[in-house]
Amino acid sequence: MLSKRAQHRLHARLLTTSRAAARPVALERASAAPPAGAPLRATASRTQQRSLATVASSVPHTLNSAPAKPLFDKILIANRGEIACRVMRTAQALGIKCVAVFSEADANSMHVKMADEAYLLGPAPSSESYLRTDKIIEICRLSGAQAVHPGYGFLSENAGFAEQLHKNGIVFIGPPASAIVSMGSKSESKDIMLRAGVPCVPGWHPSSSASPDSQKPDFLQTEADKIGYPVLIKAVSGGGGKGMKIVEKAEDFKGQLESAKREAMKGFGDDRVLLEKYLSTPRHVEVQIFSDTHGNHVSLFERDCSVQRRHQKIIEEAPAPGLEEPLREKLFDMARKAAEAVNYTGAGTVEFIMDANDPNQFFFMEMNTRLQVEHPISEAITGVDLVSWQLEVAAGNPIPLKQSEIKCNGHAFECRIYAEDPRNNFLPDTGLLRHVRPPAVSKHVRMETGFGTGDEISVFYDPMIAKLIVHGSSRTEALRILRKALAEYQIVGPQTNIEFLKRLTENEAFIAGEVETGFIAKHHDNLFAPDNEPSSATLAQAGIFVALRELEAAKAAAAGSPPSPWTSTSLGGFRVGGNPKAFQRTVDFTHSAPSSSAPAVAEESRTATVSLSAPSSSGSFDVTVTDFSGSSTEFPLSHPSIQPTSAGATLSTLLGEQLSLVDIVAHSSSNAVEGEKLNLFNTGEKFVGAVEVKKPAWMALVGGGDKAAAAGSARAPMPSRIVQVFVEAGQTVTAGTPLVMVEAMKTEHVLRAPRDGVVDRVIATVGELVPEGKVLVKFVEEEGASSA
Amino acid sequence: MLILRSSSRLARLSARPTAHPARFPSAQLPTPTALVRRALHSYPVLPTAIDATSPEFKERADAMKVLEDELRTLLTNIELGGGEKARARAKESGKLLVRERINELLDPFSPFLELSPFAGHEMYDGPLPAGGIVTGIGRIAGTECMIVANDATVKGGSYHPVTVKKHLRAQAIANENRLPCVYLVESGGAALPYQANVFPDREHFGRIFFNMAQMSARAIPQIAVVHGISVAGGAYVPAMADENIIVANQGTIFLAGPPLVKAALGEEVDSETLGGGQMHATESGVVDHLAVSDSHALSIARSSVKSLSYHPLPYESKYAQAETKEGEIEEPVYDPKELGGVVGTNLKKTWDMREVVARVVDGSRFQEWKKEYGPTIVTGFAHIHGHPVGIIANNGVILSPSALKATQFVQLCEQRGIPLVFLVNISGFMVGKDAEKGGIAKNGAKMVRAVAATTVPKFTVIVGGSYGAGNYGMAGRAYDPRFLWMWPNARVSVMGGDQLQDVMATVSKDTSKTSKLKAQIEHESTPLYASARLWDDGVIAPSDTRSVLGLGLSVAMKSWEPKDRERGNFGVFRM
Repeated sequence: MLSKRAQHRLHARLLTTSRAAARPVALERASAAPPAGAPLRATASRTQQRSLATVASSVPHTLNSAPAKPLFDKILIANRGEIACRVMRTAQALGIKCVAVFSEADANSMHVKMADEAYLLGPAPSSESYLRTDKIIEICRLSGAQAVHPGYGFLSENAGFAEQLHKNGIVFIGPPASAIVSMGSKSESKDIMLRAGVPCVPGWHPSSSASPDSQKPDFLQTEADKIGYPVLIKAVSGGGGKGMKIVEKAEDFKGQLESAKREAMKGFGDDRVLLEKYLSTPRHVEVQIFSDTHGNHVSLFERDCSVQRRHQKIIEEAPAPGLEEPLREKLFDMARKAAEAVNYTGAGTVEFIMDANDPNQFFFMEMNTRLQVEHPISEAITGVDLVSWQLEVAAGNPIPLKQSEIKCNGHAFECRIYAEDPRNNFLPDTGLLRHVRPPAVSKHVRMETGFGTGDEISVFYDPMIAKLIVHGSSRTEALRILRKALAEYQIVGPQTNIEFLKRLTENEAFIAGEVETGFIAKHHDNLFAPDNEPSSATLAQAGIFVALRELEAAKAAAAGSPPSPWTSTSLGGFRVGGNPKAFQRTVDFTHSAPSSSAPAVAEESRTATVSLSAPSSSGSFDVTVTDFSGSSTEFPLSHPSIQPTSAGATLSTLLGEQLSLVDIVAHSSSNAVEGEKLNLFNTGEKFVGAVEVKKPAWMALVGGGDKAAAAGSARAPMPSRIVQVFVEAGQTVTAGTPLVMVEAMKTEHVLRAPRDGVVDRVIATVGELVPEGKVLVKFVEEEGASSA
Repeated sequence: MLILRSSSRLARLSARPTAHPARFPSAQLPTPTALVRRALHSYPVLPTAIDATSPEFKERADAMKVLEDELRTLLTNIELGGGEKARARAKESGKLLVRERINELLDPFSPFLELSPFAGHEMYDGPLPAGGIVTGIGRIAGTECMIVANDATVKGGSYHPVTVKKHLRAQAIANENRLPCVYLVESGGAALPYQANVFPDREHFGRIFFNMAQMSARAIPQIAVVHGISVAGGAYVPAMADENIIVANQGTIFLAGPPLVKAALGEEVDSETLGGGQMHATESGVVDHLAVSDSHALSIARSSVKSLSYHPLPYESKYAQAETKEGEIEEPVYDPKELGGVVGTNLKKTWDMREVVARVVDGSRFQEWKKEYGPTIVTGFAHIHGHPVGIIANNGVILSPSALKATQFVQLCEQRGIPLVFLVNISGFMVGKDAEKGGIAKNGAKMVRAVAATTVPKFTVIVGGSYGAGNYGMAGRAYDPRFLWMWPNARVSVMGGDQLQDVMATVSKDTSKTSKLKAQIEHESTPLYASARLWDDGVIAPSDTRSVLGLGLSVAMKSWEPKDRERGNFGVFRM
């Protein structure tokens, strides 16, 4: 029996819980997207769970003498995806109503469903939606939002936008426009930092008064030669690695410059570039700072974001491994100085570049005047909800904690889960998320995502699907938790970097904390070792899955009719006479190539074979597996139990002495060439991937399309836009000759000739948007290359 | 009260041994509603007196197992088809073997109710596995079909007398049960040395095409796939089919092959030009579909069956309905695998046929009818795979009361439209002064007449002996049961070997002659001898009885409609 007091306490707790869960879930919405500006009465269907995190209510309120200013009643989140959801979660927990904005492509996305109100901005391209400052301000007026949270990217570091908001009496949840301007210009920021005594990387940057001639290729080449190679070309207004090029030797400079300028123009509307000395073994260490309008500047310790691909972060950790305490203090001090120098307010990050071999050699790189993608790891080690701090500071309140009150606790990692193909230079991928099952969240594991099963990773935006954040008492523990969480992660749809991240987190050097920006290139062979192949047990499960589905299908086809022994499982594969070999269901699997990018060369794909007996009266199968390496294993009396899931099934089968548990997600390809894919997730083994149910050989012979025929052409590797065509019909090319340049996810890619040959036809036209797999350049069929 | 009953049923169900802790999901456990329905509406469960642990049981079971194993070994060999060389040649030329073809043609995991695989066994000089032709019922694209497939590895797929008989029997079953026919053709036609027993008579080669025409006229689809040579008479199978498929560069159709053409006309022509797929698809129009391989052709055949949108009857027959819903079909309470041990192989020893019924019918539930009258025949109602059946089973020699009882029961089933299942172990009708005085001849005749004239589908399983006139009363082959199966221990002959010896002894003193005749008749009464000559539709393991009856009932009842029974129908006579 509970004491009266205990009962009371329990009751109170229940009340709190139910209040939190009592958000209405009704969703009143026509299926068609409403006209721009029309309010949506959307309420959150709280599909997104999150843990580990600091909830807003847990923010310790310091008992300042001055009465706290009230927070906003309603804010607009001018962003999409996980960051929009993440901001809303804190804001809504604090009782702040959230207004979402969305493009036509995002009408059904998670951030729209989560918001209290949602408004359509316009068509999918960012320039027509998320970058439309006029519309956003109009929506603020319409909805009565008092402030705008810009998230990261899009308008987060757009001083003009901050100013416009200010003029309209709307608060920009971020730094003052002046700080954005100073820090947004890499050249100006360096000037400021040098004056403030913060060391900067040698380089050349255009001062605001520089003549237009200073952007001329010849001039820049001279400056680059002065700095000495390798030299980094960066867009003045850039960020996130776009418009950034490394030049290894002088003769490459002009070509790279042209490309950098083009990307910069496209990305930021400003093609000015700066040049920097490029450190060969640099580390990227950044300090999270926070400032308020009362002149307080605190640091929330550092993050290491060194391991990058395509100059973009992929995994971050806090604190940075292997830094001595005095050095850290020095970094924090420099970061606070930087913030002070520009009268910063709100959340910001001061990025440093550091020599991995001599960490005391560090230089200021840039200051990001926004909440960053990787902020959750700082939250994890400090227990601070940075968004709630942003809201406090934007309302005019002081930072809730003093520097001395901010403690660094344990170690945290963040993995960015991207739709991309690591084996093809991390080329972004897009498409439908057919199945997403994130790892279970706990006090150690936090998920931030704006996308779930059925959502689309669109060609128009960043291909990040989610962030996985873990926290442990030490780096070793955090890494262990991270590896387990990654092993549990299931995504089917676009290619993702999950398998790569698994390799990365298992890499000895990474475990030892030997991080640097060149890490991936240095450990390439280990990180890109050939994929593991499915074990015979997993293949057996795939075969059993196919068999069980066939048995169910027979029944389903006869649904409505009286039950028939012809479709009963107990008589599945029945043969008169009892010869156990008289019936065998044989399923052939081919190995799905992990990368879609490899030129479609007709190679003899290997086959694994699973043979199943007729099911016994208890539903067991005798299974014989010949795996991809050709070795055979028998699993007599394998007894499956199947749990259907939305996209497939979970199969639990006693195979020999082991209870094998495999999640299977099945999907058919829309083209006639490929068979059905079975994505196999088995946490018990190294293989994660798909096998393909082999199509009968005759299909290739009767014009169902075949892979060989596709070899004589270049295809769009993903949905993309044609930027440039390098060849014309009749031209003779050798393997590797550039054919077409396409642009997708704001990055340019060159398609090269898969073999020597003569161009038959160029199908691509500049400016055209092409779907994945579209033939862009066709080659003349070679003599003797028969189609049969 | 109700709850108590159903929960006790539940307890009994859950007490049944299961091989594995987690049951297979498809073998659904009955819902509580189903349990209540059963408790309210079902027949009582038969008791058993069998002790499966007794030495006698084990002895009987072992004896049956020896027979089953012998047959299985033989069958496994038969299933290989023709000789190793012939098989290797077929594989080399990219062909599938006949059973591979059937497996690809069928839906995955479809049962295949193969008919008479022992056909032709030891009938001719050399072996003729399966009589050179594989026939059986299987599910294609969701429709049960009759499959008739030549095995070209067996004497080039040529038709011996038994081949013709087997082909015709398959067609008869198809016709009776309105099953679409799929012919997998690869045959050189009649085996010339046997032409006198293959070609001229009513039930000979020509009847194949007659049947195709007749069935087509009755809207039973006829589909042919030409996998190889299809010459002379054989050419008419694809030609007579409603729809056909040929494998390019492999199948040929011509009335006379190149040598004959050369002899007749002096024309020199290769077989591909004369009757290849390309020619027939593009020029003659003899074929409808041109396939690139066996597999492709079979895939087209599957699509063809799909395109039939086939319903055996143009309307939903109320007799076709099984009475049970999905998930409610009860397996027998007693293991069908015990049947061998129940029966044994010594036909001189009797057993209670209710023990057999209990291992064949749904839930071992049996509503026995007229139990106390004429006890040497057991009659009653049960379900097999959801289908209501009337069971007539022997528990001894047929006496007048038993014959009358069976007659009346047949009339009951006729009136109710319930199919009959005969479980046969009969030495004959009772003989002797008393029996004759009691009118066994006329009473037996009543039973034979009723069995012969009833219009409901009949199914016969010979589980022991089937001798003399008992064979007639118990729906022997001559009485047109839809299917007739024999157990490995069964015997069928005019009389038992011992009786025969006694009879012979009265007419001849030459013991060597009588014992020779006895040996001959014993040999001729075995299931293998019978099955080789298609006196049955196959020899089955006792434990498969329930399965083959279920499959057979399902195809029969889907297409059965009661005939006009008004004229001369007096209803049910109390006999």
